[in-house]
Amino acid sequence: MEKFQTLHTTGRPLPLENIDTDQIIPARFLKATTREGFGENLFCDWRYNADVSPKPEFVLNDPRYTGSVLVAGKNFGCGSSREHAAWALYDAGFRTIISSYFADIFRGNALNTGLLPLQVSDEVLARLLAAIEANPQLELVVDLPSQTLAVPAWGETFSFAIDGYKKECLINGYDDIDFLVNQKSAIEAFEKQRAWTW
Amino acid sequence: MPSTLFDKIWDAHVVRSIEGLDVVYIDRHLIHEVTSPQAFDEIAARNLPLFRPSQILATADHNVPTLHQDQPIREPLSRLQVEKLTENCEKYGIELYGLGHARQGIVHVIGPELGLTQPGLTIVCGDSHTSTHGAFGAVAFGIGTSQVAQVMASQCLLLSRPKRMRISVEGELRPGVTAKDLILFVIAQLGTGGATGHFVEYAGSAVRSLSMEGRMTICNMSIEMGARGGLIAPDATTLAYVEGRPFAPKGEAWNDAIAYWQTLYSDDDATFETEYTYQAADITPMITYGTNPGMGIPLTGHVPNEVPASEAESFDKSLKYMGFERGESLLGKQIDYVFIGSCTNSRIEDLRAVAAYVQGKQKAGHVEAIIVPGSKQVEQQAIAEGIDKIFAAAGFELREPGCSACLAMNEDKIPAGAYCVATSNRNFEGRQGPGSRTLLASPLVAAITAVQGRIVDITQYLN
Repeated sequence: MEKFQTLHTTGRPLPLENIDTDQIIPARFLKATTREGFGENLFCDWRYNADVSPKPEFVLNDPRYTGSVLVAGKNFGCGSSREHAAWALYDAGFRTIISSYFADIFRGNALNTGLLPLQVSDEVLARLLAAIEANPQLELVVDLPSQTLAVPAWGETFSFAIDGYKKECLINGYDDIDFLVNQKSAIEAFEKQRAWTW
Repeated sequence: MPSTLFDKIWDAHVVRSIEGLDVVYIDRHLIHEVTSPQAFDEIAARNLPLFRPSQILATADHNVPTLHQDQPIREPLSRLQVEKLTENCEKYGIELYGLGHARQGIVHVIGPELGLTQPGLTIVCGDSHTSTHGAFGAVAFGIGTSQVAQVMASQCLLLSRPKRMRISVEGELRPGVTAKDLILFVIAQLGTGGATGHFVEYAGSAVRSLSMEGRMTICNMSIEMGARGGLIAPDATTLAYVEGRPFAPKGEAWNDAIAYWQTLYSDDDATFETEYTYQAADITPMITYGTNPGMGIPLTGHVPNEVPASEAESFDKSLKYMGFERGESLLGKQIDYVFIGSCTNSRIEDLRAVAAYVQGKQKAGHVEAIIVPGSKQVEQQAIAEGIDKIFAAAGFELREPGCSACLAMNEDKIPAGAYCVATSNRNFEGRQGPGSRTLLASPLVAAITAVQGRIVDITQYLN
């Protein structure tokens, strides 16, 4: 996993609620057996017509919007546990998703992919969506070490929560496998005293 | 200290705790062809052994055709993915029930029917509907592929403890109202994110009166309101289902198991962060009208007229996709497809309910009705009971086992614009194929819809 760097970027607004992982990456693209390449099919059915021509009204096809932050409606990433959704967002260049609520499995998958799920209040989310639509160049600064999202144009900084262990993992590019493998002796001791062995 | 059923099982599986996170031991790991290949690659890239391969069971279900399973898979990418699973299972010594095997089927159907799913266990799978196994009083939940690799490497996961929610449904379900209606009703109350961050225990007399199949349907859809998982305390119904199955404890071990399982219930004064209670009598046959499972209404109800302003854009986008209007009734809407299958409703009890209704009847001429059994065992049981002949006579096509048109990553798809009443679990845009329009319902509602060819008040059509 790559180290998470502080972002000075712009946001792409997707003001829909309950965006499920089937929209992020439809199941028919899950036949690949590697992690790479899912970005081109990110939001495929919202992004392209049946003849694969781009739908101009969709945010990823709108040249006004750039940047590595997706700003999306609440309950982002609900539905299927497919980690391919996080891989597709990462592969397409996103490094942070801002929403007012994340589905549990997606949140975990994002963190394991090096993608930061950044939760703000409903009110801040609504302000951000409106401000980015009014000014696509609105600068956003995502600083993980200080756990802050800054909007310099507003002169405001918002703090966000993240588990301390996962924060260290993101900053250093660590994942849980090494940690868990190092617990081997504790795990083996646990297995010996387990009540249920049937 | 009083404890919930969930906490009793979780606590018994904590190897150690670090900075508010628990190293949780996983008893059973189920894998399938779609979410495992990158995990195997991760293990190989790090040159790690599999820690406990005997605690992993594999099957091919998501990406398989449901016709001609005795022949090689035609679609090259699907064939490659299934072959990759076979290679990996051989390489690491994992038991695989692949296509053609007598025990093959949807991962959440075969676990219970083989007796692998038992009370008190922790069970994971790279699939969000792993919550199904909670019906037995297990802590079961879906994980991502990175976590699949973690369990392969250590048989553990590093997790924060979810909050607890209890949903009680009291009283007797009305005629024509099934477990599927119960859970669609609950999800419609809470919304698609209403249980996020929680593990849900289902309780109350209406839940306790359900068969194991019904309980699995309920726990299966826990994720559709965002819950990490759902579970039901084991009881005599649970024990009767598990006993004698291939992987169930036998002899002395069975007695030990029962003694342990009888301790698995929420103590009277255990506390839940959130509690809801509903009356079974308030639940009627349900159907969904929108593009998430929380958008459900009684069959005889109306699409909502009013929604909060913040939800209006998403709501209207959803209705436009479905071709429905605010405030309208769905009664009389013509349906093109009926899909009976998926890990939610493809068990023998579901097929029997459909057969009992359609016996001696015919599906409507314009409807295409397919029934996809959840496993080879379900298929064989249906044939042994003669249900296959009832389906054939009624014009329903009985396929071979798999996830099929629930997620449309295989050949089974609903065409763009077509309406499909489905017994599966998700009505997301394009879930059953690009442009497909899904209405979630029970097997009984699906069967009656197939015969009538349109949405009807099924209580007027019960046998």
